[in-house]
Formats: sequence, structure tokens, C-alpha cells
Amino acid sequence: MAARHIAPDTPELRERWGGFAFDAETKAKADWHIAKYPDGRQRSATMPLLDLAQRQVGRETDTQGWLPLPVIEYVASYLDQPVIRVLEVATFYTMYNLEPVGKFHVQVCGTTPCMLRGSDDIIAACKKRGMKPGHVSDDGLWSFTEVECMGNCATAPMVQINDDNYEDLTAERLDAVLDALAKGETPKTGTQEPGRHTSEPANALSSLKDMVTENHDYRGDW
Amino acid sequence: MLEDKDRIFTNVYGFQPWNLDAARMRGDWDNTKDLIAKPQDDIIEEIKASGLRGRGGAGFPTGMKWSFMPKESKDGRPSFLVINADESEPGSCKDREIIRHDPHKLIEGALCAGYAMRARAAYIYIRGEYIREAEVLQAAIDEAYEAGLIGNNASGTGYDFDVFMHRGAGAYICGEETAMIESLEGKKGQPRLKPPFPAGAGLYGCPTTVNNVESIAVVPTILRRGAAWFSSFGRENNKGTKLFQISGHVNKPCVVEEAMSITFEELIEKHCGGIRGGWDNLLAVIPGGSSVPLVPAEQIRHAIMDFDGLKELGSGLGTAGVIVMDKSTDIVRAISRLSYFYKHESCGQCTPCREGTGWMWRVMTRLETGDAELEEIDMLYQVTKQVEGHTICALGDAAAWPIQGLLRHFRPEIERRITERHAAFEEAAE
Repeated sequence: MAARHIAPDTPELRERWGGFAFDAETKAKADWHIAKYPDGRQRSATMPLLDLAQRQVGRETDTQGWLPLPVIEYVASYLDQPVIRVLEVATFYTMYNLEPVGKFHVQVCGTTPCMLRGSDDIIAACKKRGMKPGHVSDDGLWSFTEVECMGNCATAPMVQINDDNYEDLTAERLDAVLDALAKGETPKTGTQEPGRHTSEPANALSSLKDMVTENHDYRGDW
Repeated sequence: MLEDKDRIFTNVYGFQPWNLDAARMRGDWDNTKDLIAKPQDDIIEEIKASGLRGRGGAGFPTGMKWSFMPKESKDGRPSFLVINADESEPGSCKDREIIRHDPHKLIEGALCAGYAMRARAAYIYIRGEYIREAEVLQAAIDEAYEAGLIGNNASGTGYDFDVFMHRGAGAYICGEETAMIESLEGKKGQPRLKPPFPAGAGLYGCPTTVNNVESIAVVPTILRRGAAWFSSFGRENNKGTKLFQISGHVNKPCVVEEAMSITFEELIEKHCGGIRGGWDNLLAVIPGGSSVPLVPAEQIRHAIMDFDGLKELGSGLGTAGVIVMDKSTDIVRAISRLSYFYKHESCGQCTPCREGTGWMWRVMTRLETGDAELEEIDMLYQVTKQVEGHTICALGDAAAWPIQGLLRHFRPEIERRITERHAAFEEAAE
């Protein structure tokens, strides 16, 4: 099991987050999520609402966001659920940050398929920049986590930084991405391999060549 | 080699847009009404005849799974289709390509499958880390609603069918079908005891079938081209086309749709530019995602890549996530890293798995450096046997099998490390 603990419930935490409430945008989204489930099954919306709450905290703190206990309590009351029902979900799923994180949460996949393609170098490159697990860099920009398989195995190694993936990395390519993010730019997402589009054999397409230039309809050949 | 005209996922690489207009030009949503203008059982029979087996790893016949759903609701409970897009098995990266590049195949498949099993709605459970993919999928669902393809009177069939997306939040275990149902209900993703099986009491206590993304997304094409077309690929009992995902030490890692029962060698040579450093440099292959035992080089080269072919080698097709390892690989560490993965992802419900995965991982880290006694190899094997089959779900098995595969094929390598380390210490002591 992943070892996960919530941030201590201190008076300071209460003071900062005790008044948390969904803003208009989040509230609209929350109600849309709740409506996806049958009447009386609003508990099903626990996960999307925690995600929305984390994102709103992120906007308020200019980070990826996290879930202070008062925010978790707010979500519970929004769904008319006991706090423990929401808290146990928040602590079970690893995408909910239980501690403050930086503006950019660098999540390096270290599972075997990425490891075989060089994720050790990617992790080393992050460490070289001063990133370490459970720590926010002094400038508030970076948090680092080694995560488990992200499902980008054919374009390994990869990192996910907030909402975007950067694939086919080398230490140099990662540095270029991180430098660009630090400067406030938006680097190209997806594969960083020159000439590669997504998960096709890089620069050696072995099938579906017609699709490259036109939206080919193969039904004529059936 | 499979011809392009027989590939189902023609936009798998995303060279063309995913949107409804583009998807329609490729043949999706083409008169879907006709596709399902027949009795539900006829559709189920067609899928049974096609030989489609579940693409999520277990390989259970899809048509048979659907036939377990109740034909009428005696107590007013609706039925649900849950689509498993919680792709998290190390080595697997196919559902992601379907979702972000061909989402309409999945949504159309949801309607066809949902109709056949008399479901009221489909919930697509997509893993939380697929953030951009989820944005595409939701946009595609919105398009389909707007065009009247799903929703009330879906595609003009008179049948009401909703499709909803539910995002996970980073828990591998939610790919297990009952854990997924728990998670959809807003709980921790801890698997349920079976029985009752989901087809009797699943989501919200209602009859539910959980199918993998690929299993559902191939359905419209099977219905269009007929069971005979789909079953013309692959060996008996292993029919159809399949998305293979090749990662690790090949020259061109990729995702590619191929006919079932292709040989490993052909798959690698045709699509992956060969093994890095040539065939003599191949060490071992994990052919079906991290949960299946590895197969050493000499056995895998001419292996037939299907359910039965890999079972004969003591492994399995799983999700067809093929992890290739050449001779530069520290094979003990490669498997040890998987042990860490299972330790991390154990839901903590069953003691053999919660404690066993951590225990196995700690021994594996010592075996990496040879910091162990020779007797511990057998002890580790016994522990894997005590975890395997003694848990509610298959995660315990999945944690045990890679280690068993390692011990079966690379025991001399582990013994060498232990012996050499002992020798080095003795030398230092002298």
C-alpha cells in the first residue's frame, strides 16, 4: 500500500482553509458531475468533486493544488456525506495531494517499461535540479514524485507535469521542458522524439501510411 | 501481416482528427440504427460467433459475458454497462490510443453493446492520469449527444441509452471489475467478494457487465463486417485482431494492430525494427503486461502471440503489452521494480496481499545485490505460493507470477549474485 497521511489539522490550517467554498465555475461543474449519477447516489461524485476542489485550491495558491482537511470536510457536506467517507477516498487514491505541492508537480514514471528505456536518467536529472520526494522547491515551482506506470509505455520514458505528458524523454529533453515551464512558456506536449507523431514506430511507419496525409476511408477496400 | 483495410483502429496514431465528422468519414456511426435493428440475442450470438475474447487481460469470451445479463428486469432494477478504461497495467498503452484518437468507436460500441445486454447506461471509467484523454472522450460524448447518436432515442432506434464518463484518481486496483464498481459508487477501490457476480448485483446493486475499452470498441466493426470476417484472423479459440503494445528494448517501440496468433518474431521485425542489438542480444520478454511471467529469449522468438500460444509457455497474452528486455537488463531489478509496483498498488484489504507484496518486494531488493542466503530463494517461492490464490482479487496472483517466472528461468543468475557476494565478504574477512 502507498503510505499516505493527511496534513496536520492545525489552527493555522483551519484559519487558511476553514472558509473554503466552491466558486461559481467549480460549483457548476460539481453539480454537472452529481447529475451523472442516479438520484440518491451523489456519493458517486466524491472523486470528481475532490478533483475539482484540488484544482480550485490550485488556482487559489498557484500550484497544482492539494486537499487540506477543511476542504475535504466541505466536499463531504456538499455531498451530504460523513467526513470519513470522503476522507477515506482522498487518502486511498494517489492523485489527491494530501500536502501542499509546487506550481509544477513533476511525476516521473519509474515502472519497469520506463526503467528499461532510461527513467533512471530522468529521475537523476530531476534530483540534479534539487527536486526530491515530498519537498517543494524554495521558489515554489517544483514538486517531485516517482509514480507507477502511466500507460505511456510505447513512448517511454515519460513524465506527467500537472495535466500534460512529456514522452520519449532524455535528460536533455527533460531539461528543455522544465526550463521552458520555469520561464512561463508552454513546451510541446507528448513525444519529444523529432519526427514522431504519437505511438507509431518512430520515423518508420509500418502500417496505415495512407492516414498520414488524408483521412482515408478503408471501407472501399472491404 | 494484417492489411490496412482489415485494421479496426485506422486512426490509432492520431494523424487525423478524432472528432465526429472525421470519425464518420472513416465509417464510424454509419447507420448504427441498422446495426442494432435486430433482437438483442442475435447481436450476442454474432459476438459469440466472432470469437471475441475480452481484451483487458483475462480473455473471457465477450459474447458469453453479455449473455449472463438478465433478459428482463423482474424488479425494476436497470442494467448497466461499465467500460474499463482504467488502463494501468505496466506495459499496456492501447486504450489510451483508442480514447484519444478514435473515441467514437468506443462510444458507438457502448451503444451496440449496451443495447445487446439491455443496459440503461454505460459508465466509462477512465484512469485519472489520462487527463487530456478524458477531455477528448468527454468532448466526443458531448458531440454524440448533440448529434442524437446517444441519449433518448439513441441513433433513432427508439432505445434510450446514456453514456457517462467517470475519472479515476490513481489506483491500479480499480481496473479489477468489482473494485471499479466500488470506485464508481464513490468508495475506496477495494474488490468485492464474488458471488454475487456483477451480472447479478453490480453497480448500485444492479446487473452490470464490465468490459475493456478495446473489447467494446471493436464491436461496431464486427457487427458491420460480420463474425466470419473477425474470426478469419487468428487460430481457433484466439480469433480476431488485437492492439499490441511493444515497449522496452526494441528499436521502434510502438502500438500496432495485428492479427492474433502472429509470431513474436514477425511482430518485432515488421513493426518494431527488430530487437536492440539483434536477436542474439535478447534476454527475456514479458509478453502480456507486468502480471504475466516472463519468457526467456530462446522460447519467445517463435512463440505464437495469442492466449493459448503464450499459455503453453507458462505465461499469458494478458493485455498484449509486450515488454522486451535485452542483455543489458538487470533482470532481477526489472522484476523487483514490478514487485514494488504491486506493493504500492495493493489495496490493503486482504492480509496475504497487503503484507505479502511488501515482504516479496523487500526480499527482491536484497536478491538484486545478492544480499541473501541461498535458502531464501525457495522461501520466496513459497511465499509467492501463499499469496497466490489466497486473496479476494487477482492482484495477489499478479504480484506472485512475475517473481515465479523469474525464479523459474533465472535462478542461476540469482544464485550467482548471492554466491559472489558471499565470496567477496569472505575474501574481505580474510
